[in-house]
Order: sequence, then structure tokens, then C-alpha cells
Amino acid sequence: MEIIVALAIGILTAAGVWLLLRPRTFQVIIGLSLISYGVNLFIFSMGRLSVNKVPVVEPGATIDPSLYADPMPQALVLTAIVIGFAMTALFLVVLLAARGLTNTDHVDGKESEA
Amino acid sequence: MLLLSLLIIPFAGSLIASLLPTNARNTEAWLAGIVALSGFILCLFAYPQVVDGGIIRQEYDWIPSLGLSFILRMDGFAWMFATMVTAIGFLVVLYARYYMSPEDPVPRFFSFFLAFMGAMLGLVISGNIIQLALFWELTSLVSFLLIGYWHHNAAARRGARMALTVTATGGLCLFAGLLVLGHIAGSYDLDVILTMGDKVRGHHLYTTCLILILLGALTKSAQFPFQFWLPHAMAAPTPVSAFLHSATMVKAGVFLLARFWPVLAGTDEWFWIVGGAGLCTLLLGAYAAIFQQDLKGLLAYSTISHLGLITLLLGMNSPLATVAAIFHILNHAAFKASLFMAVGIIDHETGTRDIRRLSGLYKAIPHTATLAIVASAAMAGVPLLNGFISKEMFFAEAIVTGYVRAEPYLEYILPAAVTLAGMFSVTYSLRFILGAFFGPKATDLPREPHEPPRWMRVPVELLVFVCLLVGILPSLTVDPFLHTAALGVLGSEMPQFKLALWHGFNMPLLMSVLALAGGIVIYWLLKNYLNSKQCEGSPGVRRLNGKQIFEGALKRLTSAASRLEGFLGSRRLQPQLTLLVCVPVFVAWLVIRNTDIRPGNMPLTPIDITFTLMWIGGAICALGSAYLAKYHRLASLIAMGGAGLVTCLTFVWFSAPDLALTQLTVEVVTVVLILLGLRWLPKRMGVSDVNIVSLTRRSRDFIIVTIIGVGMSLLSYFVMTRPVPTSSSDSFLTKAYAEGGGTNVVNVILVDFRGFDTFGEITVLGVVALVVYALLRRFRPAAGSIENPSQQDSTTASGSDWPVADVEDKATGYMFVPSIIMRMVFPVIALISVYFVMRGHNSPGGGFVGGLIMSVAIILQYMAGGTTWVEKRLNLHSQAWIGAGLLFAGIAGAGSWWFGYPFLTSHSPHPVLPFIGELPLPSAFVFDLGVFLLVVGATTLILIALAHQSVRSHRVAPATKTKGS
Repeated sequence: MEIIVALAIGILTAAGVWLLLRPRTFQVIIGLSLISYGVNLFIFSMGRLSVNKVPVVEPGATIDPSLYADPMPQALVLTAIVIGFAMTALFLVVLLAARGLTNTDHVDGKESEA
Repeated sequence: MLLLSLLIIPFAGSLIASLLPTNARNTEAWLAGIVALSGFILCLFAYPQVVDGGIIRQEYDWIPSLGLSFILRMDGFAWMFATMVTAIGFLVVLYARYYMSPEDPVPRFFSFFLAFMGAMLGLVISGNIIQLALFWELTSLVSFLLIGYWHHNAAARRGARMALTVTATGGLCLFAGLLVLGHIAGSYDLDVILTMGDKVRGHHLYTTCLILILLGALTKSAQFPFQFWLPHAMAAPTPVSAFLHSATMVKAGVFLLARFWPVLAGTDEWFWIVGGAGLCTLLLGAYAAIFQQDLKGLLAYSTISHLGLITLLLGMNSPLATVAAIFHILNHAAFKASLFMAVGIIDHETGTRDIRRLSGLYKAIPHTATLAIVASAAMAGVPLLNGFISKEMFFAEAIVTGYVRAEPYLEYILPAAVTLAGMFSVTYSLRFILGAFFGPKATDLPREPHEPPRWMRVPVELLVFVCLLVGILPSLTVDPFLHTAALGVLGSEMPQFKLALWHGFNMPLLMSVLALAGGIVIYWLLKNYLNSKQCEGSPGVRRLNGKQIFEGALKRLTSAASRLEGFLGSRRLQPQLTLLVCVPVFVAWLVIRNTDIRPGNMPLTPIDITFTLMWIGGAICALGSAYLAKYHRLASLIAMGGAGLVTCLTFVWFSAPDLALTQLTVEVVTVVLILLGLRWLPKRMGVSDVNIVSLTRRSRDFIIVTIIGVGMSLLSYFVMTRPVPTSSSDSFLTKAYAEGGGTNVVNVILVDFRGFDTFGEITVLGVVALVVYALLRRFRPAAGSIENPSQQDSTTASGSDWPVADVEDKATGYMFVPSIIMRMVFPVIALISVYFVMRGHNSPGGGFVGGLIMSVAIILQYMAGGTTWVEKRLNLHSQAWIGAGLLFAGIAGAGSWWFGYPFLTSHSPHPVLPFIGELPLPSAFVFDLGVFLLVVGATTLILIALAHQSVRSHRVAPATKTKGS
């Protein structure tokens, strides 16, 4: 399973970075979202993969941490997802405003000469 | 307390002054006057403690961890300066009350003025050299504001900028120098440093330290070669010139030289640099002053020259010369401040300061003229005036130093040079007196001159009186104070001296007589030339125009910087981003290049075929999304959503239900958001123009992207196959219930253990929502996007299979059935969202998820029912939700203060309620409720603001001017 997750991270990031380097704003926004997926999975995988070990503890019992998934990367990723949404929203609006002001959806605000 | 109040009163006064109404001229003047006067009185009270070498010292903790204290320290020398600053400050306030015209915004003037006084006082009573550098820069900054006070005037702006550039750059050098000094001495405490003279002078960093400190002092005191900024600073209002550019700020440089005299002086470096700069400035300043046509310019160059005199005295490495320097600081302040004020009166009364136009003013304003004549006689060093006594001491020291140094010819050159400078000063003083006050009465003056108001003259009278008093009875008046001040600087090296008018027939007297006679002769020779039209600038040194050199240097610097920027930088985003992604790759390669990096040996989890298939789909979605993003935005967006869903399922698979929930809801909201944006993007039909440039670019990007993808895969694989190192996760797991009162550890981390992070995060979310809202309020779409899209247009859509959208009334149109369903589902979804919030602490869920679900419920109504329909029935105050959310979270956090715990300490009572039973109610729940409210508010605010653009009527954005490529 590790191999598959690793490949998934690689493909998501690669697709995202590819779009990040494209000239159209819409491509960049989709690229950022894809990178977010990749990076979130990457951070999440730092806690290693664990099946059926949900980090919800029994009240009162003595706790053996090895029986649970690592909660910390999960908490980090959770906030990252929400902030990612905020970033997408802000970027989308900036994109729209730039498109309105410059009449183009090129990232530089003007069509390239090439 | 005394020193602290001395420091705080001016700043407090400055704050109050800035708040007074614009026309409160009298109130302002009273305020500033009282502030200055109370400072002066405080100084008088301090005198008994500083006499005979006493030091007042107050210490406050500043940054104790760095061993830095805020030290206020006053010895005799600092006392003299503080008294001078407050006394002259008071007189200048009185003068400024009448000088400033009713149109000038006086609150700004007095506010800056008092702030400057505070900074200057802070500078002189600093007992810590870092603190000293701080106040030093503050004086530069405030003087910038004061010089540029009439900011409608280009010359004022330029002068202010030049003064700031020169003095602040010097200030930075000074700061560096003081750091080096502190490093050498091992302490930043002035008292400690002052005892370390031998250690400092013997240290190998002495020269570095000296040059840096001198750069600070010489720029501030307008010493050669940095003298050029001072004449341009004359664009300031005259009270500012009188205060800053004669009595106080420019004296800060010589203050510093005298302050560190016991530590830094006594070496050859000191003699040649300080003395050399002083002598050059003395001569050049005096020479240039002769040829000025502007009275203020004449005074400015004379100030430069007198500061050069003081610097030269300090550079002579002799205690007695230092006493003379301190004495001349006082004398110069007295006569120069009064002269500036007198020039201000002349300017005020006649409307011009041009010596060639002014003439015969004695008849019109005899009183002011008399005062100015006496003061300029003091400036020229005429006997019976204070300038004479310090100049005699100066001449005597020049002779002595010439002998003592025993350098070839120095014993002749130095006395000759200072005598020559003395002649020049007599010449320009004569020019000032004869040019302005005598001769035929000028007829073409802009205004008919009259004596100024009584109280405008009082400050000048007082200062001129001081000049006379000190000049006639030096030993009875200034002697004890000078003794106190010099003792503060020199300590045990204090020489015996006696101030007297008459020392018998000796060399200095001869030099004085020579200077007077020579000055008169020079004036007589030059008279016609000076008053002629062709006299502009000083002959011989015209080419040495500091201003032009300075501005040329700045221009070259700027253009070099912009050339460099053009060469190294790009305004285009793509190269920047390419660089941005390549640099980390390169750095990562640097790091792993020589390490043997391989997978770990942890047993792998067995591969599940379903999961594999899932990710094959996910990979296709991701790549498809990337491929389609240019020409098929909708398809690309759907594919992106697919990749998101597979990510979400991965979270489910690997025991992260909270993440899966959040990812799922965020996914929905994000897709809706981008869908709303699609409408405003330009049409792009699928014909790709492939050429060699784009092909190379794409292949290059493909290589970069492949490296990144492979690198990320390997990196994560290597990490995942290694055992987990010990982290704080274990303690989170074991303490979640015991200390956080919740069983869902992820949620407990978010709202309790790392609650402050979450607080910050929701604040960011709220800010983003408001920014989005604000940006969209002024949204102007591009011309091509204003018309309704063809799908909504009945004329083009008829005949196609698409149902025609009735934008006006979606609720009864083709969306009728879905809208009914959504209406019925709304309370159910809302209930589910509340359920998720409430159970969040113990089971997957929480404020983020709940909030997102709630916003989805609202968005669904908008989508199905249409904006108009929903807003007729539901008044959603998203901003209020955001506010309430922050408030809840803040209260939940601050509540713990009430019980004496730090911010956001959580508490979990378990009250037993009727019917419901025991209800765990941790305070973190209130926090989570805040998160919920904020997420609902922020999400709906963003989405609705965007959705509204479709129902708004739009104006086209103004055509942007395309800049040349």
C-alpha cells in the first residue's frame, strides 16, 4: 500500500506543479488544488499508514499509543485542508478581478509576446 | 523619576498636540511652552545632583534576557545639553507661536517639535549606547518630518529627503560602530564603557569602531564631506532651523564626539580624522558663507563652519581644547538661534531673505536690527561678546596643538588656517549686518517692514542678553556650569582653567585682531562682487557641489539597481514559479547527494486491489485534470473533484475519519466555488498553436515535473517504510481524555492542545472571507463576460436540448422539483451539521466539518431556489456569523483567565441535566462552537459574494493602459 500512496503523492504533485507552470490563471488554481491534495497526503503519510486504528480513545482505559493512528499529522492536515480552501477562494477572486481589469486570463495580466 | 519624567513629558506632549484641532494655535503654543518649560525646570532641579561630577542614574529592565537595560543617565555634560535643549526649545516655541501663519497646520508642527525635543533629550540622557543609537535615529526621523513640514514645497521635500538619507545612513554606521564598541568593552552600559578608554584604544577593532562612529557623528553635524545637506534643510520653517540646525540636532554629532572623547580620543587616527574634518569644514563653511545671497543660507554655512570649529577643538586631543569645544557649543547655540530668529523676522516682515534685495532695514526695524547686529558680532568674535571668549580659547589651543604635535609646518599652518577662518567669519558677519540693515532703504521689497509683535522679539532679546552677559562677565555667569559640564566629559583629566575677557597681550589676541582687520579688508575688497548679479555660489568650489554629487550618486545607484533588477529579475510569473520549484529540488539534491538513501525496512501493509483500482482512477483524474485545464475547464474541474474524492477515500481507508469528512465537505464547497467563477473566464476554443518555443517550454516543464513527481514519491516511500520516531503524538493520545475531556484525539488537539493555532487559523479564514467580499464589491468583469452566457439565452438555446433557464424565477422554472426537495432537506442537513459539532469532541466531527455541512445546506438553497428567492426569505448576516464565531472562540479562551489559568486552558465539567442525563460539556466545546459559526459565516460570505456577481448589473472594467513591453 505504501507504494501506491507514494505514487499517488508523486502523480498529484507532478500534475499540480505542471499546471502551476502554465500561463492561464485557471490552470494555476486547479494546479494549486492538486498540489494541496498531494501535500496533504504527504503530511498525512508522515504518521505512517494504519488500517482500522482510528484515533478515538476509550475513556478511562490505559492507552497504548501503538494501537492508534498518529493523530498529529491528522490534526495538521485538517487545518491544512481548511486553509487550502481559503487560499483557493482568495486566489479565485484575485483571478477574477485580474481578468476583469486586464481583459486576459494570462498570469502576467497580458498575453505573452511569444 | 526625574529623568524619566524629563523623557516622557515631551513625548506625551507630542501625542496631545497631535490630537488638538488644526486652528488651536494658542493652545498648541501653550502646551508646547509648558512642556519645554517644565523640562527646563526639571533640569534646574537636577543641577545639585550633577555638580562636582555627580551622576544621576536610573535603570529599568528592557530585554533582561540579553542583558540590556533601559538606562537614563545624567552627568554634567548631559545636563548642559538637556538644559540647552529645553531652554532654547522654550524660546523657539514662543517665537514659533508668532512665526507660524494661521494657514499652517500647527498641531503637526508642535507635535513633531515636541517629539524631536523628546528624542534629543533621550539621546543626551541615554545611559546605554544601543538606546542612544535608537534616539539618534529618532532625531533623524523627526527632523525629516520637520524639514518637510511644508510638504507642498518641492525644495522642502528634497531637503528633507537629503537630510534623512545622509543622517540616517550615518546613524546606521553609528549603530554598527556602537555595537563594535560594546563588543570591545564587553558592555553596552555607558558608565562601563567610559572607564574602558585604554582597552578600547588598544583593541585591534579600534579603527573600525572609530570610523563607524565618526561617520555617524560627522554626518549628523554636517562635517566635511557630508556638509551639503544642511543648507538644503533650510527649507524648514525658521523656528525649526533655529532649533534643529543651530542649537540641537547638528550638535548631536559634536555631543557624541565629546561623549566618547574619553574613550576614543587621544590617538593619531582621532587627531587626523576628527581634526582634519573639522579644519576643512571650518574653512570651507566660512568661505562658502561669504558668498551666500540667502540670509538663511549664510547662517547655514556659518553653522557648518562653527561646527567644524567645535569638531576641530575636539580633535586636538587636549582636555583644555575639549573644554573650549563645550563652551563654544553653548555660545554658538545662543548667538545662532537668535540670528535664525532674527532672519525669520526679516523674512516675515519683508517677504524676502535675499541680501541683494534687502537694504537699510535698520530704519524700519531698529530694535530687531540692533539685536541681530549684536548677535552677528558675537558670531564674528567681537570682544565683549561670548563668541570672542571661546574663539580666543580656540586660537590659543590651535597654537598649542601646533607645537605639541611637532608635525612639520603644523605649528604655522594650524594657527594661520584658523586665523583665516576667523577672517572669513568676520567677513560674512559684516556682510550680514551691512547688507541687510544699512545702506539706502530698499524700495522693491514684497512687503513694507514693521517691527514684529512684542513677544516674537523676546526670545531673541533673551538670547542676545545671554551673549552679552557671558561675553562681559564670563567668570561670574557661565564658568561654574561650564566646569560642571566639562567635568562630566573629562572626569579626572579635568584641566584648570579660568574664563576671562582679558588675558593680556598675547598671540591669541593678535590673531583676533588680525582676523577682525583681515575680515573687514576682505569684505571691502569683495563688496561689489558680492552684491552683483553674477555672484552665485562660491568661486573656486562651485564644482564641489555636494548636492549635485549626492543626487547624481543616488540617480546612478537607482538606475544601476533597476538595471540589475531588469537583468536578474522578471515580472513574469512563469519564470518566477519555475525558479521557485527548481530551487527546492536543487537544494534537496544538494542534501541527499552524498548520502546513501534507501527505503526503510518496516514491513509493508499488504496491497489491497480495491485501493489500487481506486488510485488508478485517482491518477487518471489528476492527469486528466492537468491535461484539460486549458480548453475544458468544466471537465478539468470535475476531474479535480474526482482526485479529491479518491484522496478523501484514502483518509477513510487509513483511519482518518475526521480528515475524510473535512475533505469531502471542502471538496463540495471548492467545486461550487470554482463553478461560480467559471462564468467570468474568457471562452477558449480548443485549437492549440504549437510552436517551437512552447514546445521547448513544455518539454522543460515536463522534465522538471517528472523529477518532482518521482522525488516526492521516493521521499514519501522512504519515510513510510521507516518506523515512526517518538513524537508528542503519544502524549496527545494518552492525555486526550484525561486532560482534554474528549475521546476524539484529533479534535482534542485542534480545540484544546493546539487551540491557539486553531484560533489563529479561523481568524485567517475570517480575514480571507472579508477580503474576498471586499474585492468583489468593486468587481468589474471583462467586457466579454458581461452578457449572459449563451446557455441562459433563450434565443440561442431554443432548438437545443438544454432547458431554457429562467433566471428571474428559478423556483418555478426547470429547477422547481429540486428546489422543493432542497427546501425539505434543509432542516435535516442543518440538524446533521449540529450533530457533527456536538459529537465532535468524542467522535469524528467537530466545528470545521459541522460548519462546512451547514454552509452546504445554505448553498443548496441558493443553487436550487435561486439567489432572489432565497434572499427574500432568508436574511443571512454572514459577517455577524464570523464575528460571533471569533467572539465565542475568544470567550472560551479568555474564560480560563477568570480561573487563573493561561489563555485557552480547557475545563470539562459533566453536569447532569434532567431528561438528558450526564452531559460532558468541556469549555473546548464553546471554542468548537465558535469555529463552527465562523466557518459557516466565512464560507457563505465567500460563496454568496461570488454568486451575487451573476445577478448584479455590471459596468465594464476601465480599459487598462498596456505598458510597453
